[in-house]
Amino acid sequence: MFTAPELLELRAQFPILESKVHGKPLVYLDNAASTHKPERVLEAMNAYYRTAHSNVHRGVHQLSQKATDAFEQAREEVRSHLNASDTSEIIFTKGCTDALNTVASGYAELLQPGDEVLVSTLEHHSNIVPWQMACKRSGAVLKVIPINDAGELLWDANLLSPKTRMVAVNHISNALGTINPIEQIVRDCRTQNTAVLVDGAQSGPHLSIDVQALDVDFYTLSGHKIYGPTGIGVLYGKRARLDALPPYQGGGDMIKTVRFEETTYAEPPFKFEAGTPNMAGAIGLAEALRFVRQVGLERIQAHETALLAQATEALAQMPELRLIGTAARKASVLSFLIEGAHPYDVGVLLDHQGIAVRTGHHCTQPLMERLGIPGTARASFALYNTPEEVEVLVQAVQKAAQMLYEPTRA
Amino acid sequence: MNERSIAALQSEIEEEFSFFDDWTAKYEYLIDLGRSLPLIDPALKDDDHLIRGCQSRVWMASALENGTMRYTADSDAIITKGIIGLLIRVLDNHPPEEVFAAELSFIDAIGLKEHLSPTRANGLLSMVKQMKYDALAHTAKKTS
Repeated sequence: MFTAPELLELRAQFPILESKVHGKPLVYLDNAASTHKPERVLEAMNAYYRTAHSNVHRGVHQLSQKATDAFEQAREEVRSHLNASDTSEIIFTKGCTDALNTVASGYAELLQPGDEVLVSTLEHHSNIVPWQMACKRSGAVLKVIPINDAGELLWDANLLSPKTRMVAVNHISNALGTINPIEQIVRDCRTQNTAVLVDGAQSGPHLSIDVQALDVDFYTLSGHKIYGPTGIGVLYGKRARLDALPPYQGGGDMIKTVRFEETTYAEPPFKFEAGTPNMAGAIGLAEALRFVRQVGLERIQAHETALLAQATEALAQMPELRLIGTAARKASVLSFLIEGAHPYDVGVLLDHQGIAVRTGHHCTQPLMERLGIPGTARASFALYNTPEEVEVLVQAVQKAAQMLYEPTRA
Repeated sequence: MNERSIAALQSEIEEEFSFFDDWTAKYEYLIDLGRSLPLIDPALKDDDHLIRGCQSRVWMASALENGTMRYTADSDAIITKGIIGLLIRVLDNHPPEEVFAAELSFIDAIGLKEHLSPTRANGLLSMVKQMKYDALAHTAKKTS
């Protein structure tokens, strides 16, 4: 865990953490929804606009060259962070949802009637709905990997059939914190030509990701969840897969030549980057990745694991509290319910004590349905959270439980 | 028909709430209110009466009886239910024209405006709109 002086130094880089909520110090535990940005990320973006901005890839003049260099350097930063083999495999998108749609939309053209796409019960709507759309357009069939009551994926190679073209799963569940067995899934898919896409929205801030070691075909990242700005995300794809994938949006930059008779497309990554990109966003994201690497992802993971353990141990002792998501391997997320109380009520009472958690179905309605619950209250930890904040959370949850607890009538 | 006007009922509630020192007392009161009110015939908790919110669900039934609007409602979140209790106390058993014209300023006055915000997605704002819409429909019937 980070030491107290280290935490002070880290938190100093995030002035918003000093905010007051209902007159109380903010305890921000909604990091799975979005993280806060260190000053250096904001400065990098401002500096870009102040000194380097121009439209990229099109210009001969020096400022446009400066902007293009900054943008492409950001791309190289992402490549290095993910250990992708080439920058052509790194596509900047509007976010993780946009990256998922980019792949699914292309597959809508590649899939044949009767082909199968496998997603899991844990998936966020952004990794379900685009595949439903793709299956509807192509005549392919959507199948679902089941889970057990602890929220662990019941992966089995027998779920694959000769018709399975794609397995799309999240690395870490946003609602439950489960870390999924990606390595095993990839190994099984390699015995046949099934592509594996990993939704990394929640893993970016918590795990070191080596896309070559994982051997995945596609990996998506969310910028604003890894201390970067909103409006930027990453799609990693193996070069061969990106070459085979039809483009998502048409327009400037993604073309080689345009004639009314026929248009030819650019190579990856530009094939998937139509229009003027979010240069400031890419630069902000690159700075955030540098920040995270300097702090050290292993140290961040250890710190968050310790906070999660502290919170879990304390809350598990409350008989009226039920932990939701008790996988053997978890990261950062603690979802819970207070017996007889609706998560909305819990969220309101925690808010009044200065604590920001998220309540509801977390954009995972099929998962909530499978678990038979309306939603959860979810606390999620980041590098700047402290053991003192966990104490405040525990006491606040105890107070909320006192006010709300009602034994469910038999 | 309720003897006290909508305005008088709102003032009454504002006065009751002025005695609360802190948020804990206020919410304890709301939770108690939510628990103690039998608000809707369980048979009516169906999709026809459901006002779907993202965070919590609300059911509402209305009828015109002896010239006044009668409301019953419920929610699966207890704080929402407590606020429903306050809204029904104010709007129930008045002529439909008065319900439709009612300005619910008391919610803001007692510091609960955030619960009726559309961004809360708890179904309350939609419920109030539906209550007024139902009242309007009955006003139209009366004058036609």
